[in-house]
Amino acid sequence: MKKGFLVVLVLVAYALHQDVWLFARARPLVFGFLPVGLAYHALYTLGCTLLMALLVRFAWPGHLEASSREPDAR
Amino acid sequence: MTPAVIVFLYLAAVAYVGIFAFRGARGREGAEDYFLAGRSLGPFVFLMSLFGTNMTAFTILGSSGHAFQNGIVTYGLMASASALVIPLGLFLVGTRVWALGKRHGFITPVQLFRDRWECGHIGTVIFAVQAVFLVPYIIIGVMGGGTTLHSISGGRVPYWLGGAVVAIVVMSYVFFGGMRGTAWVNTFQTTLFLVFGAAAVLVIGAGMGGFSAAAEAMLEGPMARLLTREVVSPLYFLSYTFIPLSSLAFPHILIFCLTARRLEQFKKTVVLYPLCLLGIWLPCVFLGVMANRATDVPQIRAKIEARETLTREGPGLSPEARQGLRAEAAADDVLILLLERHAPIWLAGLLGAGIMAAVMATDSQILALSTMFTEDVFAHYGGRERFGPRAEVHTGRAFVVGITVVAYVIALRAPEGIFALAVQYAFTGYAALCPLLVAALFWPRSTKWGALAATLWTAAAVAAVAAFQAVVPPPLAGPGRIVLEVAGLPILTRTAGGTAVLGLMPVVPITLLSAAFLAVASLLTAPPTRATRLRYFAPDRLRESGRLG
Repeated sequence: MKKGFLVVLVLVAYALHQDVWLFARARPLVFGFLPVGLAYHALYTLGCTLLMALLVRFAWPGHLEASSREPDAR
Repeated sequence: MTPAVIVFLYLAAVAYVGIFAFRGARGREGAEDYFLAGRSLGPFVFLMSLFGTNMTAFTILGSSGHAFQNGIVTYGLMASASALVIPLGLFLVGTRVWALGKRHGFITPVQLFRDRWECGHIGTVIFAVQAVFLVPYIIIGVMGGGTTLHSISGGRVPYWLGGAVVAIVVMSYVFFGGMRGTAWVNTFQTTLFLVFGAAAVLVIGAGMGGFSAAAEAMLEGPMARLLTREVVSPLYFLSYTFIPLSSLAFPHILIFCLTARRLEQFKKTVVLYPLCLLGIWLPCVFLGVMANRATDVPQIRAKIEARETLTREGPGLSPEARQGLRAEAAADDVLILLLERHAPIWLAGLLGAGIMAAVMATDSQILALSTMFTEDVFAHYGGRERFGPRAEVHTGRAFVVGITVVAYVIALRAPEGIFALAVQYAFTGYAALCPLLVAALFWPRSTKWGALAATLWTAAAVAAVAAFQAVVPPPLAGPGRIVLEVAGLPILTRTAGGTAVLGLMPVVPITLLSAAFLAVASLLTAPPTRATRLRYFAPDRLRESGRLG
């Protein structure tokens, strides 16, 4: 997966946090008790897990493991 | 009294875990082992202890109290923004700090800054500013311990004794166990709270006759606004996404990043961190909101009545009367009150222990401050050469005792509100120090003078906001008092909850200007030597492009 696409995904995730369209709404109650604004952000948190899994899968800085073993050149 | 007994048993277990870690570390008494657990933490302990380090008294008690007063917005402000920013920061910054720490033997962030920017005393300035921001956390932790034990025991354990017990337990396992003890205790505590927190939600829900009925009833009444987010403006909501940046600059979090055995350990932490946030914050916020329906609990009913009186008659009341009503409406204990009302005694005790666990998250800050003092001041200014490497651990342990005693004495004498406020300023301060870390890791051209400019700006700006809020009293209600206006545009406003700059929380302009000061001062001054820049940047770039390793 292209790193540029992942950067766009992160920016979209940041934008999705600002759900101004739900600010004044309490209904519907998701599962009968969760106000929609709270349910949205709970779902958003789960989405962050998915995003992090994508970052780890496709952009993991594995080269740092090798660089950490290099001798200190000071 | 039974819940208090369970909490005392829990405290004994925690002390044992810390001392057990000390016994497990015998024969490895070096600074790296004491301060960083020998860079040997495995994936589970690394995740749970890193998360536990960020889970303070405010997470549990403050979040439910904030939700009780302000509604569901608490979750969006404090949890879901962190679910993006903190794991992303661990992914981008934490991994790089870990690699550099392992390669160069760094134990503190200031050691990284000193080496990266070829400076000495400027590092000391950064240490001083970081330390000033960290001390209020330690004091508030001791205060939280005293208050929670007092509350859980039904007032039988006095505040001074509760604070002393918590201070001694924390001091013991940090003193003996160092980072290993702190990490194991944090793992134990976080697991306990995740398990029993879920049980508490079910028990309290059943006790309240089901959450559906409670939520529907709230929607029909005047408290329906608590199920929306109308209590804050969209700009305030946006501003709050800057606050989790502070977690990336907290010394105790950065030092924790150095404890992982391998880079792989970050993978599970980055992915699972948002789930842990969901598991802790959603119940706390939801229960805090639902507590508004628990009017059969006399103390909760009194809080709601005080809040309503304040809203209805506030402007006509004397300042003393308003202060009294605010104290009566304070809601940090609503979770404990719900547990007392609905949970069986044994579960209330275990949850009380979980709450104590969060209060005791101050252990990481005590250890971090001790590590910073030992490495950034004592060792840097010749202590290691003069007294030998073993003296580092002794100095660290002596500092742990000293800072805990000082925090306890201050906690006995000073009002809690001052330090609660100082912690809020500290969040802003650490968020504004975040550009230092980003520049050190990603911008070869950044310089020590840029770092100094950003640090001094941050310290001055946070002090200025504190002074402004001390001098200009908050409005009782409404949109706020405009203090500075240009061409009809409100620039500076004193609001009921703090300060607004162009409608934003101060953390936004302070952080952006911190980055600007760092950039401008760096471009105006000579960069670090080419050798240093190559040490930090060449290997990564070459390896990423496939030309090395």
